[in-house]
Amino acid sequence: MVEVLDFDVALKLGDFSLEIADQVPLDGITALLGPSGCGKTTLLRILAGLEGGGTGHVAIDGDTWLDSARGVFVAPHRRGVGHVFQDARLFPHLSVMGNLHYADRRSRRAGNAVAFNDVVEALDLSPLLARWPASLSGGERQRVAIARAVLSRPRILLMDEPLSALDMRRKASILPYIELLPQRFSIPIVYVTHAVEEASRLASRMIVMDEGRKLAAGPVRALLERLDLQPATGHFEAGVVLDATVTDHDPQFHLTHLDCHGQAIAMPQADLDIGATARIRIRARDVALARSRPQDISIRNVLEGRISEIAEEKDTAFAETLVDIGGAGVRARITRASVADLRLKPGEPVYALVKSISFDRRAF
Amino acid sequence: MTLADLDPLWLTVRLAGLTTLILLVVGTPLAWWLAHTRSRIKFLAEAVTALPLVLPPTVIGFYLLIVLNPNAPLGAAWVNLTGSTLTFSFAGLVAGSIVYSLPFMVQPLQGAFELVGRRPLEAAATLRASPFDAFFTVAAPMALRGFVTGAVLTFAHTVGEFGVVLMVGGNIPGRTKVISIAIYEHVETIQYAQAHALSAILLVFSFLVLMLVYGLNRRFPVHVV
Repeated sequence: MVEVLDFDVALKLGDFSLEIADQVPLDGITALLGPSGCGKTTLLRILAGLEGGGTGHVAIDGDTWLDSARGVFVAPHRRGVGHVFQDARLFPHLSVMGNLHYADRRSRRAGNAVAFNDVVEALDLSPLLARWPASLSGGERQRVAIARAVLSRPRILLMDEPLSALDMRRKASILPYIELLPQRFSIPIVYVTHAVEEASRLASRMIVMDEGRKLAAGPVRALLERLDLQPATGHFEAGVVLDATVTDHDPQFHLTHLDCHGQAIAMPQADLDIGATARIRIRARDVALARSRPQDISIRNVLEGRISEIAEEKDTAFAETLVDIGGAGVRARITRASVADLRLKPGEPVYALVKSISFDRRAF
Repeated sequence: MTLADLDPLWLTVRLAGLTTLILLVVGTPLAWWLAHTRSRIKFLAEAVTALPLVLPPTVIGFYLLIVLNPNAPLGAAWVNLTGSTLTFSFAGLVAGSIVYSLPFMVQPLQGAFELVGRRPLEAAATLRASPFDAFFTVAAPMALRGFVTGAVLTFAHTVGEFGVVLMVGGNIPGRTKVISIAIYEHVETIQYAQAHALSAILLVFSFLVLMLVYGLNRRFPVHVV
């Protein structure tokens, strides 16, 4: 049986109220997704014991951290909970090495076999060890903060939008470090974000929140196909994640051909073995729909399927649609006018024209 | 100038040093509480702490005399405990100086602790540091300037103390005759040469101490983001 972090907590702060319960498996990465101000950070702080006002109960693998009915509150420093803050919070009076030692020294008896040098290596920190926090870039600071949290040998690592202050390129450079942590150091992670692409890239499981409540929880792929979770999952980056198998490479045009649920797709050439499985991501805004297979068109990826769901957004021009392409769903964000013009209804056959696909993870 | 003339100087240094040490111990928890409390009586505590800044030293001295004299409960308890009185003694001067210099220790410390804030302490807690541990390994080093400033101001302010000493301690050579009293006495008796000498010593000494502290502060700055 997989151990869980079990919580059922509530908090009132003025007009805002948080009321949420879930069981997070202590395995891999669980994303906590929702728009800004929905209570993600507050929930994380209650789990860590940093928010004193929370009521309810929190237990990890059978050990109670909070049980307000019985007056149980375990102080944060006794929980063995790692926390990576949005604003790194490195200690300015200690060097990078000093910051890492601070965590390492206090957690040696915690049991789990995280070795100092392994962590330094995993986050590429050797060149930074002698530096002072004030001299680090934002990305470097977060890498040190992550390493420091791992070196506290926590039972669970809570990450609160650790990349939100960074630009796109820096973000992309840090994600690979984060995704290897759970396996390499056997530390489960709860990863808070408002960016659906980060959630889909890192996590296998996801909790979607809005206005202090849980909207849904479950496997990331299943939730990404649900149109009713908007706007919590965001319009701009909303989309689906699919598995595809590499069939062959076309060196002349630098393309890689893949099989995705029985349909052929082509992508810019990637360094993948034939037969390998790749995780690809198709954003709803990059998909158009057609009633018949279009001719003389530059778009190469045309997927055949049937409409399974249409969600028109009231008082806007847009509608979200879900197309079943043979066992998997592709989302398309189109105008309501198009829905009317093409007389689209659930069950109708359509062609999904995919303008852009990205690899979610190069190989896994 | 005779060696006896240097007695007030030595007494002053002892008084200021001891006052500074005691206020470091007493003032730190008070400053910490003021910096972090959400209590509704915080403003009251702040006002009381700041009182010595605005009250004339004679007023402070007068009330101290009332509280410390052997007929008052506190003064009587001290007599029972030690066999000597608090008024017109070195111990009484220390007690008076602690009250008189309290804001000079507490206010810089409170400011420094507020600047450190809760965030680094939360980070320390998630790294398994107990609140006590986090205070000594994170808050105190980050608030180092506050400690240095508080200690220097307290020391310097106690060295320059006059009114409170006169009221509580009087003018007893070797026991309560600090340098400022000695200078006053020399001026009153028109011994300008001695007054000059002691004043110059005080001037140079104060200047050297302040220079040392500001120099250290510049030499070893705290690394703050």
